[in-house]
This record gives sequence, structure tokens and C-alpha cells, in this order.
Amino acid sequence: METAVAITVGIVFGSGVYLVLQRNLMRFIFGLILMSGAVNVSLFVAGRLTRGAPPLVPGGASVPPEGVANALPQALILTAIVIGFGLVAFALVLLLRTYERLGTVMTDELTERLDDPKPVPGFGDDDALRSDGAS
Amino acid sequence: MSSWWTVAPVALPLAAAALAFALVGQRSAQRVIATLTALALVPLSVALLMRVSQLGIQTAQLGDWPAPFGIAFVADHFSAIMVVITAIMAAATAIYALSDIDPARESLQYHPLFLVLVAGVNGAFLTGDLFNLYVWFEVLLISSFALLTLGNLRNQLEGGLKYVAVNLVSSLLFLASIGIVYGLTGTLNFADLAVALRDAPAGLVTVVAMLFLVAFGIKAAIFPLFFWLPASYHTPPIAISAFFAGMLTKVGVYALIRVFTLLFTHDVAWTHGVLAWLAALTMVIGVLGAAAQNEVHKILSFHIVSQIGYILMGLAIFTPLALAAAVFYLAHNIFAKANLFFIAGMMRRAGGSFDLGRLGGLYKTHLWLALLFIVSAFGLAGFPPLSGFWAKALVVLASLDAGNAWLAATALGVGLLTLYSMTKIWQGAFWAPAPTERAAGESASWPLVVPAVVLAGLTVVLGLASEPFIALANAAAAELMNPDLYIDAVLNGSLGTEVAP
Amino acid sequence: MTSLILRTATRLLLAVLLLFSVFLLLRGHDLPGGGFIGGLVAASALALYALAFGSSAAAALLPVGPRPLMGVGLSAAALAGLLAALAGRPFLTGLWFVQDFGGYTLKLSTPLLFDVGVYLVVVGVVLTMVFGLEDD
Repeated sequence: METAVAITVGIVFGSGVYLVLQRNLMRFIFGLILMSGAVNVSLFVAGRLTRGAPPLVPGGASVPPEGVANALPQALILTAIVIGFGLVAFALVLLLRTYERLGTVMTDELTERLDDPKPVPGFGDDDALRSDGAS
Repeated sequence: MSSWWTVAPVALPLAAAALAFALVGQRSAQRVIATLTALALVPLSVALLMRVSQLGIQTAQLGDWPAPFGIAFVADHFSAIMVVITAIMAAATAIYALSDIDPARESLQYHPLFLVLVAGVNGAFLTGDLFNLYVWFEVLLISSFALLTLGNLRNQLEGGLKYVAVNLVSSLLFLASIGIVYGLTGTLNFADLAVALRDAPAGLVTVVAMLFLVAFGIKAAIFPLFFWLPASYHTPPIAISAFFAGMLTKVGVYALIRVFTLLFTHDVAWTHGVLAWLAALTMVIGVLGAAAQNEVHKILSFHIVSQIGYILMGLAIFTPLALAAAVFYLAHNIFAKANLFFIAGMMRRAGGSFDLGRLGGLYKTHLWLALLFIVSAFGLAGFPPLSGFWAKALVVLASLDAGNAWLAATALGVGLLTLYSMTKIWQGAFWAPAPTERAAGESASWPLVVPAVVLAGLTVVLGLASEPFIALANAAAAELMNPDLYIDAVLNGSLGTEVAP
Repeated sequence: MTSLILRTATRLLLAVLLLFSVFLLLRGHDLPGGGFIGGLVAASALALYALAFGSSAAAALLPVGPRPLMGVGLSAAALAGLLAALAGRPFLTGLWFVQDFGGYTLKLSTPLLFDVGVYLVVVGVVLTMVFGLEDD
């Protein structure tokens, strides 16, 4: 079972890497989502796949009964999913803002549009803030 | 109750950040909270360092769950020194920000984000658990993402995207490596891991070590993984750049030093040999990159990379003297580098630009600025009697001691090239005749000057009275070279009973 | 979006989902549930409302903006950790306050306070993002 899951992880991670290498940043983010899914599953496999009962301690006892699932990878994955969710959401918002301001999501066009922005119609382009880094 | 000292450097900024977030819209209240918290961190962290010096390695078990089951916070000399440095940098940055961060960015929650960043950095330094290290890394990353792109200027977005993209990939690699380590040993507590990895198959451990090297190497900006840094660090306001330049890559370096002294010491000849090559290449490529730049803050960004090489070199040589050199170098470099960023910010205000072609004549109009620059720049380049001299001397001595003459030669050569970059800034900004037409410079206010003077003073003190600081670095190195102290403090210190790994 | 069906359904669903989210939050300590999932349910209820009526209408439903919500939530979580100091225990140690009221047991604890904090933070964070992606 572990082998099958490991191969799946490999395939999903590989697809993620393929997407991450694209010039289109939207695909880059999709690639990240695939990769983080694959990593989470691999964390789960690292805790060994067993058909166990839910890891709950019954009332009155201080240790869980025999044969429960390993709870630690689940806790780790839950944390990792939450963090990944936040990071991907942030990256999406950032990409949206970039698209508004620079008019492109292609990596090779970003730099050349710095001095020659093509704002997307319908979005504002006000430089309300002092520019510190502009050369 | 003693465990609170260990937790305080994380809990205080986190609680302050929460309070500041709750006070959205009250900019001056947020400013007061951020500044007071940053200032309060200094005595708190110094107290922690003193406790560590007097009582040995301090541990805290969060929620009273014993190690290795709960989350442990551990402060040894190395961690405590880093926490003290963070506190000083946070205080300096908070004061500088009073004048450097505009109201628009303050309304975008600069202050709470900065406090979260400080909490994340301290958390990464103090945690005693691999997964918890990942969490703190993410805490500091997400706040650094937000700070880097605060204001959504075009060049910030462009630089920020690169920074975010590369760091997200690095985080995924880190997480994947954690998964493999957990599969290998069944534990994630540093101390417990160190014990368990001794019995693990050496080949697999080397593979994991290399995975961690890549994951942390991206964050530390070592060769060949540094390209995101010069592409993004110059875009936000100087107060943010300076803290990033000083602290963030150093968190990656800290993580490298921690795992390559505590966990991956099974095959030093191979793993640390790789580190030595990377250190040399990082030094050389970084300084060459800087030579090609013509704007103050971009030159400085490349120098961050170059300086990381020196610290890595100390880790690669892996003797007590070399590690002490690395720790001392860390402290020296953070202060000198961040201060150069502070000074660059004042140069831009005085001269209206970061571009060396457009600056000039500042020596005549701003003598005090020239003096501050000289102290920090020569400190960075390693002139006696400033802090950089001792830092470089220790690194070179350690590599000669270990029979690593080529590494020592590289370090000295790179030192010369560093001096070249610094004289280039000096020549362009201070000595060259002032350009005929120039926007009237703004006068520097005290919040800009005070942190720069304090940090320049630290560079001098670290140089002139280096003995106690080198003693501290030696104490840190001694603990790093003897992981059993760390393991014993975590697994037995707070428990009193033996816990089977 | 101006679908009549969505708008009508959302009005009904909003209250049910919010109630359900509080149920999940309070159930969380001994059974599956908790602040995180409760917060997600509450946030998705408000996000649904934002989809149907626009984010400004959804923001008007909240007494405070999403960012202060995050702040209050984080403060509650931090307070839950710091309260342990009063009892002289390490950071984040759970403290319990159990009281019997004629057959019903009231269990208050710092983990519950922590969970409430998590709930508010999740609502705040998700809504900040939803509003950020939707407006302008």
C-alpha cells in the first residue's frame, strides 16, 4: 500500500514541478497547490498506513486503546494544510494585484513592464505611496 | 515559572501583535505598542542570555507536555545570543520606522506585521522541534511577504512575486524533508531526533541532510540558491529592507548551523565538505555580483549573499574555533549590514537617489553621515579595530588551523573585493562632486539617526572590547560541538526521569 | 451576482451555517470539531453572503472589520496561553474550571478560550482574503 501511495505522490509532485516551471504564474500557483498536496500525503505515509480506530482516548482512561491510528501525522498535515492554504491565498492575491498593476502574469514580461506598465482597464493605477525602490 | 523566560521573547511580541491588530485604525497606538515591545525585548532577551550563561541550557515545555511528546522551547548559548541580536535589531528598526514608514503603510498594518515577524524569528531561534521550526518559518515568511509587498508598488510586486515563489518552494522542500525524517525515526523533537538518527542508515541520513541543505539554503541565500534575494530586498522601504537584510537570511543560517551540528554529524567529511565548497562559491559569486551593481541598496543586497558565505565557512570547518567564529561573524554581520541599509536610507534622503551616478558631494554636506558610513563599511570589510576584523580573523585562523588554506585565501580575497565595493559607494556618494541639479535633500530626523549611531557604536564595541563577546561565542560553540548537553537538557533536564527515545 | 435563487437561499443558509459553526466550535473539545473548522464554516457562510450580495453588504453584517476580528481572536488565544502564568504553570498549559448546575456540568477552560480565538482568527483571515480578492 505504501508503495502505491509513494508512486502517486511522485506523480503528483512531478506534475506540480512541471507546472511550477511554466512561465505563466497562474500555472505556477497551481503547481504549488499540487506539490503541497503531494507533500502532505507523503507526510501521512511517513506515519505508516494502518487501518486503525480513531485516535480518541475513551473517558476515564489516560492512554488510547490498542490499534488506534497514529495521530501525529494527522496533526502535522492539518497544520501544514492550514499554512499552505494561507500561503496560496496570499500568493493568489499578490498575483491579482500584480496583474492589476503590471497587466501580465508571464514571468518574462514582468520585468520589462516595470517601467512601462500596461494597467488593466478598469483598475486604478495611482502611486499614492512614496516609491522607495524606483531607480 | 522559570520556563517563562524562555518563552517570553516569542510570547511578548505575539501578544503585542494581537493587541495591535485589534487596534486597527489607531495608528499612533499601534506605533507605541510596537516600539515599546521592541524596546522591552532587549532587557528580556539579555536576561535570558544571562540565565543561560549562569544556569546552563534553559528549556520550556509548552502546555506542560514533557519532551519529546510536547513542543519544547530550548535556549542554549547560540539561541540566546541570536535572540538578543533580534531584540536589538527589532528595537533599532522600530525606532527607524517611526520616521521611515509612511502613514499609508502604517494603515496597512505595518506595526502588527512587524511584531509577528519578530515573534516568528524568535520562535525559529528558540524552538526545539523540527516541525515547530517549520511553523515559525511560515509565521515569519507570511509576515515578511506582507511587509515586502506592503503598498503594492509595481517594483515591490515584481520583486515580491519572486521572493514568494522561491520561498514557497523552499517551504515545500522543508516539509517534505520533515516527512522523510519522521518516516525514518518517528520523532521530530531535535534532541530525540539527534539520538534516533545515530542508529539510522547513514546513506539515507545523508540524503535527508542534503534535502535540508537545499531547503534552508534557499532561505539563507547561499550559492546557487540566492537569486531571489537581490531581486527583491531593495524594493520595500529601508526600515523593512534593513531588518530583512540583517535577520531573515540569518534565520536560514541558524537553521543550517543547528541541524548540521546537532542532527547531521554522521559523515562530516562529506556533508561539511559540500558546505565548504558552497561557502566559498557563495562568498565569491556574491561579491562579484555586488561589483557589477551601481545602486547603493543593490550593492548591499549582493553583499548579504557574500557575507553568508563566511558564516557558512565557519560551519563547514566544524571545529570549536570555527563555530565560535561563525557565531561572532553572525552578530557582527547583522549589525554592520543592517546599519549600512539604515545609512543608505539616509543617503537617499540626503541625496535624493540610491544611484551612485546621481549621488555625490555628501561628504561636504553630511559629514556625520560619512563618518557613520565609514565605521559600518570598514567594519563590514574587516578593518581593525572594528568588529569585522575579529570576525574575519577568527574565520581565517580557524580555516588555517584546520589545514584549509584555499578557504582562508578565498576569504581574504573576497574581503578585498568587499572593500572595493565599499570604496565604490564612498567614492560615488561622498567624494564625487555633487551633481549640478539635485532635489533638495530632506534633513534626517532623530529616529533615523539614533539607530544608526547605536549600531555603529556596537560595531566599534564588538571590535575594541571583543573579549567578552568572543567568550560568549566560544561558549556557544562549545555547546554546539557537544550535542549531548543539548539532548540531556531537553530530555532529562525538566523531567527528572529518563524518557525512552 | 444577481440570482434570485442564490439570494433567497443565502438568506436562509446564513443563519443556519453560523449556528452550525458555533455548534462545531463548542463541540470541539471532546468530539470532532473545534475552532478552526467552526471558523471556516462561519467564514464560508459570510463568503457566500458576499457572493450573493457583494462584499460591502457582507462587511456590513459584521460589527467590526475582519482585521480587528483577527486581532481580537489572536488576543484571546494569547490570553489563553498567558493565563497559565497565574497558576504558575508553563505557557499554554490548559486550566479547567468545572461547575455543576443541578445536573448540568459547565466546563470552562483556557483551551476553549484558545479555540474561540482560533475561530475568530480564521473568520478574520478568510474574510480579509475574500474581500481582498473581490473588491476593486
